[in-house]
Amino acid sequence: MRTAEGYRKLIWKAKIRWLIGNIIVYSIVCIPLVPIILMYGWLIAQAFSGVCISSLIPQKLTLDNFYFLTGPIYWGGTPLYKSYWPLVRNTLLLALGTTGLVVAITSLAGYAISRFEFKGRDPLLKSVVVVHSIPGVLFLIALMYVLNTIGLYGKGFLTLLSVIIIKAGLESPMYTWMLKGFFDSVPWELEWAALVDGCSRFAAWRKVVMPLIFPGIAAVSIFAFLSGWGEYLLVLTYITDRKWYTLSLALSELTYQFKHVDYGMLAAFSLLYLLPAMVFFLLTQKYLMTMRIVAYKG
Amino acid sequence: MVRVKLEHLTKRFGKVVAVNDLNLEIKDGEFMALLGPSGCGKTTTMLMIAGIYKPTKGHVYFNDVCVDDLPPKDRNVGMVFQSYALYPHMKVFDNIAFPLKLKKLPKDEIREKVKKVADFLEIGHLLDRKPAQLSGGQMQRVALARALVKEPDIFLMDEPLSNLDAKLRVVMRAEIKRLQKRLGITTIYVTHDQVEAMTMADRIAVLREGILQQCAVPDELYLKPRNMFVGGFIGSPPMNFLDCSLVEENHEHYLDLGVFKLWIPPDIADLIMKNASGSELVFGIRPEDLKVTLTLPPEAKEAGQKSKIQAIRSEIYVLEPLGKDVIINTKLGDTLVKVVAPPTIRPSVGETIWLNFDLDKMHVFDKKTELAVI
Repeated sequence: MRTAEGYRKLIWKAKIRWLIGNIIVYSIVCIPLVPIILMYGWLIAQAFSGVCISSLIPQKLTLDNFYFLTGPIYWGGTPLYKSYWPLVRNTLLLALGTTGLVVAITSLAGYAISRFEFKGRDPLLKSVVVVHSIPGVLFLIALMYVLNTIGLYGKGFLTLLSVIIIKAGLESPMYTWMLKGFFDSVPWELEWAALVDGCSRFAAWRKVVMPLIFPGIAAVSIFAFLSGWGEYLLVLTYITDRKWYTLSLALSELTYQFKHVDYGMLAAFSLLYLLPAMVFFLLTQKYLMTMRIVAYKG
Repeated sequence: MVRVKLEHLTKRFGKVVAVNDLNLEIKDGEFMALLGPSGCGKTTTMLMIAGIYKPTKGHVYFNDVCVDDLPPKDRNVGMVFQSYALYPHMKVFDNIAFPLKLKKLPKDEIREKVKKVADFLEIGHLLDRKPAQLSGGQMQRVALARALVKEPDIFLMDEPLSNLDAKLRVVMRAEIKRLQKRLGITTIYVTHDQVEAMTMADRIAVLREGILQQCAVPDELYLKPRNMFVGGFIGSPPMNFLDCSLVEENHEHYLDLGVFKLWIPPDIADLIMKNASGSELVFGIRPEDLKVTLTLPPEAKEAGQKSKIQAIRSEIYVLEPLGKDVIINTKLGDTLVKVVAPPTIRPSVGETIWLNFDLDKMHVFDKKTELAVI
């Protein structure tokens, strides 16, 4: 039999244990946060500083570093790019194109794998994991030959389109698998009800199933957009015409200065480049969490 | 209005045979129940009638026309699912209007029809809500409305009442039966609850492991079950089964139930000998057909003697009072026998009572084939 005093002591001990536990956990969690905060902090501070700084405090606050928004971009004295905006256009094209293509392919493929029985269905599913683990880098040279033979290499806009197709192709298996998990969670009876109500298979997919899959589609779109927005290797390898460079490529070129590095401009440029990614992540964290859980269940 | 005929209907999923050579005819305007335990193939049969599953073998006929290749959307069936399958992203109005929208009817006509059905089912005030905001009973009515609004030729219902609470279930049973009688639509109703089937259907098809056991009107299933499964499935509490064998002593025939013997008249004995495959039999008697008395009544004789009503003494094991009756459990040998007695008899546990067997009410089955032999 415990006395009131005894209970109070136990509660006190439990509270202290909980407090210390939390302090330890949060401290450990904060450790990896430190370099991240330092990096982003420096980026933001440098973007608004007139001189090159090595601390988190901006000096000589100015907006001059953002000059590239309204004029040619200088590389150690010479104008390397006539304008900033075509770069943005190309990057957007790549990102949105990849997203559109990926969503179109994976929403149909995921549905088919989830609902239809066909020969090779299981091996197909299992091979997705294997294929995804192969780095796309391995295919660079082979794809170069393919593009050249088809006549799509060095053709400016068409090459950018090819990059979109290649990106969509490399990433679709994984996204198909994610969406399959979502499709699996839609009960059969809903589709049967739609079929009996008068839908063809396609109409049932479009009107009943897809609206219910919306979080999955949203997650896949976000991932595909961000992947396209940050694509560097494929663009570097295949796009030779400066008119069709993307932001990632331009950034890499601009960092290649050896005498007079314009850290301010670079920081400003990088800040604007990473802004959409950050905004997306902040707005859609919830969606991405549900998506990960469903994907693992599937 | 449509007649449905199922001819040698078989459905296989890989190695599993869900429906095995089903032959059934449903008359125009009839309320047919498909009754059986879980996994007996009743839902699969219904989905084949709807066109969602294609039969592995056999055919489905609507008015003598083979509809095997007709897709579900062209069969004009209205279906209510066990989980209602309401479209969660649409409002109630849009859920009910969905079949009409697919038929591309004008907006005014759609609104009029939806309102009419909604008022008929008393859900007119719920049209702006989403399914998540409805109670179970309301969702079920919306599902019914969606099935009815396109004026179907056939009404298919897959255990629509099993997700409702007991009280609502009883109310909805009567409502659905009244609805069907009023509209006269051929209805096929799937259920595992024999009370639902018995109270609602014109005819019941009892299924077990994909095979049709018996198809008849409720009274016939109750009074003349074709086999042990039907006998034990229909009726609550279920029929009592006691192993027995036919013996002959001094030119008289008896059913030897181990603990006691029952005399049986010669014509019944002949019938048993003709129909049974061997000597091992099962004696069946419904709890409500057994009578409990405290003393041996004048019309009865002790078991083994020549009488229509024979009685044996037995000790009460457990009592289950229900208010309107009491279920008396007694042990005969190793078998627990249940008897439904009126509440006027008030014995107590451990007391000895007379169990009266009426030969008119007995059922005898072949132990091996499980078929009824009389």
